[in-house]
Amino acid sequence: MATNLNVNGTSYQVDLPDDVPLLWVLRDEVGLTGTKFGCGVAACGACTVHIDGEAVRSCQVALSDVWGDVTTIEGLGTPDSMAKIQQAWVDHQVAQCGYCQSGQIMQAAALLAENSSPTDADIDDAMQGNLCRCGTYPRIRAAIHDAASKLKEA
Amino acid sequence: MASVGKILRRTFLIGSAAIVGGVAFGAYYVTRPAANPLKPAKGETALSPFILIDQQGVTLFAPRAEMGQGVMTTWAALIAEELDVEMDDIRVLHGPAAAAYYNSALVGEGLPNKGYDISDFQHNLGEALGVLGKTLSLQVTGGSTSMKDGFERMREAGATARETLKQAAADRLGVDRAQLKTEAGVVIAPDGTRIPYTELAEAAGRIDPPHAELRDPSDWRLLGQNLPRVDIVGKTTGTAEYGIDVRPEGLKFASVRMNPKLGGAMNSFNASAAQSMPGVEMVVDLGNGVAVVATNTWLAIQAVEAIDVDWADAPYPSETDDLFATIAQAFEDAPNSTMRDDGDVDVLPDGATEITAEYRVPYLAHSTMEPMNATALFTGTKLDLWCGNQAPTLLQIRAANTANLDKEAVEVHTTYLGGGFGRRGELDFAEIATKVAMAMPNVPVQTTWSREEDMRHDFYRPGALARMRGAVKDGAAVLIDGKVAAQSCTQQAVERYTGMPGGGPDKVLVEGLFNQPYAVPNYRISGHIADLDVPVGFWRSVGNSHNGFFHETFMDEMAHAAGRDPLEFRLELAKAEFAPAAGVLQAVKEMSGWTGQTPDGVGRGVAMTYSFGTPVAQVIEVVDEDGTIRIAKAWIACDVGLALDPGTVKAQMVGGMIYGLSAAVTGEITFSDGEVEQYNFPDYDALRMHNAPLTEVRVLETNPRLGGVGEPGTPPSLPALGNALFDLTGERARTLPLINQFNLLV
Repeated sequence: MATNLNVNGTSYQVDLPDDVPLLWVLRDEVGLTGTKFGCGVAACGACTVHIDGEAVRSCQVALSDVWGDVTTIEGLGTPDSMAKIQQAWVDHQVAQCGYCQSGQIMQAAALLAENSSPTDADIDDAMQGNLCRCGTYPRIRAAIHDAASKLKEA
Repeated sequence: MASVGKILRRTFLIGSAAIVGGVAFGAYYVTRPAANPLKPAKGETALSPFILIDQQGVTLFAPRAEMGQGVMTTWAALIAEELDVEMDDIRVLHGPAAAAYYNSALVGEGLPNKGYDISDFQHNLGEALGVLGKTLSLQVTGGSTSMKDGFERMREAGATARETLKQAAADRLGVDRAQLKTEAGVVIAPDGTRIPYTELAEAAGRIDPPHAELRDPSDWRLLGQNLPRVDIVGKTTGTAEYGIDVRPEGLKFASVRMNPKLGGAMNSFNASAAQSMPGVEMVVDLGNGVAVVATNTWLAIQAVEAIDVDWADAPYPSETDDLFATIAQAFEDAPNSTMRDDGDVDVLPDGATEITAEYRVPYLAHSTMEPMNATALFTGTKLDLWCGNQAPTLLQIRAANTANLDKEAVEVHTTYLGGGFGRRGELDFAEIATKVAMAMPNVPVQTTWSREEDMRHDFYRPGALARMRGAVKDGAAVLIDGKVAAQSCTQQAVERYTGMPGGGPDKVLVEGLFNQPYAVPNYRISGHIADLDVPVGFWRSVGNSHNGFFHETFMDEMAHAAGRDPLEFRLELAKAEFAPAAGVLQAVKEMSGWTGQTPDGVGRGVAMTYSFGTPVAQVIEVVDEDGTIRIAKAWIACDVGLALDPGTVKAQMVGGMIYGLSAAVTGEITFSDGEVEQYNFPDYDALRMHNAPLTEVRVLETNPRLGGVGEPGTPPSLPALGNALFDLTGERARTLPLINQFNLLV
């Protein structure tokens, strides 16, 4: 039975079993590969997307449980038209291997939507579920602070 | 030696070839170039391009694996510096697997010298032996060698191309080449006429490249600057393509299970439950494991886990304690190497105080963020292979052997790597994907490992033991007698790559222990190889990752026994041996405001390791917060000789340190019933945003040779943290991970 899914403003009919996690629907069915598989157990944050603006681990949300509109890294901005938070990521040259950064950016975007002036402690709380083996944390922190001030200027 | 000299000169042959509407500049693999270097006849050799210019634009090739270390950007900058093109106007590609993309520096690193003490002759010998990298097809990204390897050759490639394009312009304009200038992808005539390279490319393809001089570093405009990474926008917008992201038309998705008793056989399996699960298209018997091909990766993982398999036992002792007992046993055998034996360590100098200590570090997983995967399409006569990898030519050979094809029939498409750290220098993920694709000819199949499969089927950093004996007198170290015992990842890797047993003295086993730049008159280091079949491999900084901990913890213990400040103690010994090593210690002393005193509840530790040609010192500060210890701050100084991109060097230093600290705090792979007990990140975690230290980095450039940057940040981090914990608590950290002994914030 096909399930209807709204991703980045586009509607998709997906014919997969109900229990397939959203992550694998996005990657292998919809063809949006910006959302990454890291652990499958919500321990690394690489698969973070937004459902109705809330940051969730897409590896833990079954297709039949998707309760709203999905936004992935591709929906946040594009290479030619990046979101402000992505521009901050570029300005601070955050990425190294880059594999975790889609998840980091989606998590940070949700933080900034809730809290326009996060402190270092707020960033620690919000971001500690997102693992980065390259150790880009100092630049992620700087980029979040920078994005916060840029968003306020807008 | 004459023959080596001959080969050496020919190795640096930069050639050119006409292509449709343009020109390619590159390197030849062997001595006899082909008439048409892009389509060689039998016995002739292809030109592997580093620069390709046609009417569409300028493309540069950076045939080293981009695993986050920024190699693609700095490699391209080496070419662009001499070619006079802007980084924004060029395309940078990895290019195909090609023998001409060999890594000359990697083989030079294998010489049994300390590194910091080598003469020009030895340096040249290392360069000459680098030719072996060519004949062994070592297109490898590892050993922090990329910049040492590319520094001369890529600038030469750029300069040669520039002068050839100028000659084409000179011919067209009827002027002398010396009257022309270049800038931003155009040749400028004396009258100001600007001719784009793209318009000159076709004519340039018909000109023999003239000799070109390299520019003086004082004229550089790109090298030495913080350049924007060429991969940064893709990696910020989810559009960069990793191995797991390739989507050839008609792709199927597979997952795999191999024997968790590593290297053990598969007795039998029953896949009847898996066969009927949703999305399942095929169950594949790999001989030593099983795979399922499905319509979706997750469905494939579910199905492969539902297969009932009877696994045979592992070919090594099944419990961690038994493995370490075997490692300890290796101390009783004659050493595999004694690469440093200065003075006489058997005699305790008069009036000296002797101290001894034993250390133990665990097996470690690489744990890249992107789990192992590869995608393969097998047609019966050709194999296409897509994956992130650190050794495309070796991978090509392995896949060809697996598929019973000629090497030329295997095309390796290298993507970005979601982390490497040495893991993607292995070939297993590509071999498995090849076998799976062979079961479904003419269909591209992506084989992705679950995190659990990845964590439990690594080539682990070997568990290691050290027995250190030393002596101090009048406030200085006068004797170090150290022994390390571990499995040899070098010998095992040689056997895996070549099928022939590796032998001889293993420098990697003792690196970071025998070659530390301290003036200690009686100094002996020996390496003992433990004969075990646990799969082990190259883990970021390799032998230095354990030996750095052993050496620098012991230095701290000796300083303590001598009643000296641990930083001053090191500084004095380093000054007398290798000035850049003293320089980095002096730098962290200044940066951290080191006084040797810390307030209550604060501890500080220092360590310095010389590895991959680069001395790195770190000071780490820990703070007791109501009984929980937080790694609060870190100061890093490195001396790389020449910082080709200071921003990248700093990022690598911080990242290397965090990788080491992650291992120091919680990293531990243990075995029970022959199986790895850690499955996923909850069992094998790393530092995160809230427990990574605030860090300051200083990059020095006094080192007489270009040092590596990808790995040297890792080794000193583990002992610096252990030493800081000693300063805080008075308890010495002699066994890793530290979480088993200290209440660190995780």
